[in-house]
Amino acid sequence: MLEIKNLHVKLEEEDKVILRGVDLKIGPGEVHAIMGPNGSGKSTLSYVLAGRDGYEVTEGSARLEGRELLEMEPEARAAAGLFLAFQYPVEIPGVGNMTFLRTAVNAQRKARGEEEVSAADFLKLVREKARTLKIDAEMLKRPVNVGFSGGEKKRNEILQMAMLEPRMCILDETDSGLDVDAMKLVSDGVNALRSAGRSFLVITHYQRLLDHIRPDVVHIMAAGRIIRTGGPELALEVENNGYADILNEVG
Amino acid sequence: MALPATKDTGKGAGLDARLQALDVPDAGGWLGQARREALARLQATGLPMKRDEYWRYTDPASLNAPVAAVAAVFNPGDEAPTFDAVDRLKIVFVDGVFDPAASDDLAMAGIEIERLASAAGSDIHWAQGVFGVLEARAQSPVPRPFAALNTACATDGILIRATGRAARPVALVYVHASESSDATLHHCIKLEAGAELTILESGPAAARFTKVMEVEVGDGARFHHIRVQGRDHERRAVTHLFARLGAGSLVKSFTLTTNGRLTRNEAVLELAGPDARAHIAGAAVGDGDFHHDDTVFVTHAAERCESRQVFKKVLKNGATGVFQGKILVKSGAQKTDGYQISQALLLDDDSQFLAKPELEIYADDVKCSHGSTSGAIDETALFYLQSRGVPRASAQALMVLAFLAEAIDEVEDEAIADDIRGRLEGWLARHAAKGGK
Repeated sequence: MLEIKNLHVKLEEEDKVILRGVDLKIGPGEVHAIMGPNGSGKSTLSYVLAGRDGYEVTEGSARLEGRELLEMEPEARAAAGLFLAFQYPVEIPGVGNMTFLRTAVNAQRKARGEEEVSAADFLKLVREKARTLKIDAEMLKRPVNVGFSGGEKKRNEILQMAMLEPRMCILDETDSGLDVDAMKLVSDGVNALRSAGRSFLVITHYQRLLDHIRPDVVHIMAAGRIIRTGGPELALEVENNGYADILNEVG
Repeated sequence: MALPATKDTGKGAGLDARLQALDVPDAGGWLGQARREALARLQATGLPMKRDEYWRYTDPASLNAPVAAVAAVFNPGDEAPTFDAVDRLKIVFVDGVFDPAASDDLAMAGIEIERLASAAGSDIHWAQGVFGVLEARAQSPVPRPFAALNTACATDGILIRATGRAARPVALVYVHASESSDATLHHCIKLEAGAELTILESGPAAARFTKVMEVEVGDGARFHHIRVQGRDHERRAVTHLFARLGAGSLVKSFTLTTNGRLTRNEAVLELAGPDARAHIAGAAVGDGDFHHDDTVFVTHAAERCESRQVFKKVLKNGATGVFQGKILVKSGAQKTDGYQISQALLLDDDSQFLAKPELEIYADDVKCSHGSTSGAIDETALFYLQSRGVPRASAQALMVLAFLAEAIDEVEDEAIADDIRGRLEGWLARHAAKGGK
């Protein structure tokens, strides 16, 4: 599904190298988790994959189902099936959540040469998916993320994911700012989307999210590289011992 | 009529040349008297100069010039004319001259409509109490020379008196046909107590357009004004809206400007009776050599009145936006609720927004707020939209419309508001190429 090879990235504006040769391969239907200390480059990796400005790829590639992502505009990456759930979902005053969702869904369909969804069908679909995420009609009417609580914002991200039906989902610290109940709600939303044709990359600081969203593979990232890869037990090891042991081990 | 030479104040020579180039009408009766008084006001102030405080941000040279600069006539192609879908009474002016063939019959239940030219012959006319009267009141504390010039020289325009609820909106359609036309129109509107009227204005009018609309709004009357200033890019316009609001009356005015080398829209609103409400709003989008100036003066002269000024501009490629807005609250005007916002979205580093918001308050129990901002489009929000699959140009259009929404919300008629949003989307799509990524 997603294959990242030797990815090197620096900041565009300053001479600061953030990613120093990331290699990662995620198969269809797999759930991978990336853990790592602050500043290890986890969020940068997610932004670079989604196409955010301000980063310069100096080396390497990232392919989604064989197509090079790094040469595409962000909207083309989305249409190709990539979705990033933001750590800090952005507020867009004046743009209604429903309008936003419908514009996004139809833009992607158009980019893929598919018919637009009718207003009635769309409404029905949104209401159904919103209900399972406990997003009420009021939240759908309000401007995108404006005045939403932390939990509401994250649920809104999962709602977008559910509506857009991406093939490759990246969750950037989706657990940050969530209480236990909200984390359960968000995780259930994610788990409902798991399928043989859809893969996930879950970026998190803490093991607790991985109790809800069970990963197949866990990677530890530090200083811009993946330094260890293992099964779910690796996350528990980090939870119990911290990153220090692993960092020392690798040197 | 024979003009006495203007006293030389340093501005006189320019004014004489300007007046000589116009065909200053000679009329007897009340209209002739009003024109002579306006000419005297104009000669006392002279034409504006760049050094005048009120013209600091907008160079009046092209408005002062005796002859209008040539402006190419825009061909809209198969684009539907503005307000075409609205059931309305249409009054057409071509280069500032009434066109009876293209206009509807000037008759509608609830209102009287008459041309300015035909009213000149009467000895007594209701317009006597309006024509040049509101304009004259508005000359202080700040002179408005082009309004006085207009009163003195306008030969055409429309007089409307509403006695009840007008069955349909009256649409004033300004056709620009000659590339060197210099049009002067003066309209007077009087809403008797409890009357209700909507005026629609559309079109570029002429290469150069000088317009005055005076509106006397009786107690409890409601006046809606929606204007779309046309697509012709090279035109220049200086317009004035003067309104005096009686007790419990309402004025709502919205203007969309999408092009124009120079536009100065002045509005002077006087809340003269208690519990009146005046909302004035504008959305302007400009690309390149576009200069747009909203100059607004709202006077609260009575208790418990509400006023809103909402002006939004989207500027790119060196376009300039100006806002000069004032709220004056007189000493007796307690419980005033005044609001003023002027904002510009600058789509690049070359464009500029010059704002002078002012409050002057002599009452002690009032609520007045004002704000003015200018800034770039939020790149993080753009990326967020793109990451959901929305192409950059569409994402930008979505955000621009969101930015303009507060102004467009002042249009009560939903169909017209939708039409305005559609025209803005069209403009944004046509102008997306430059400045986009």
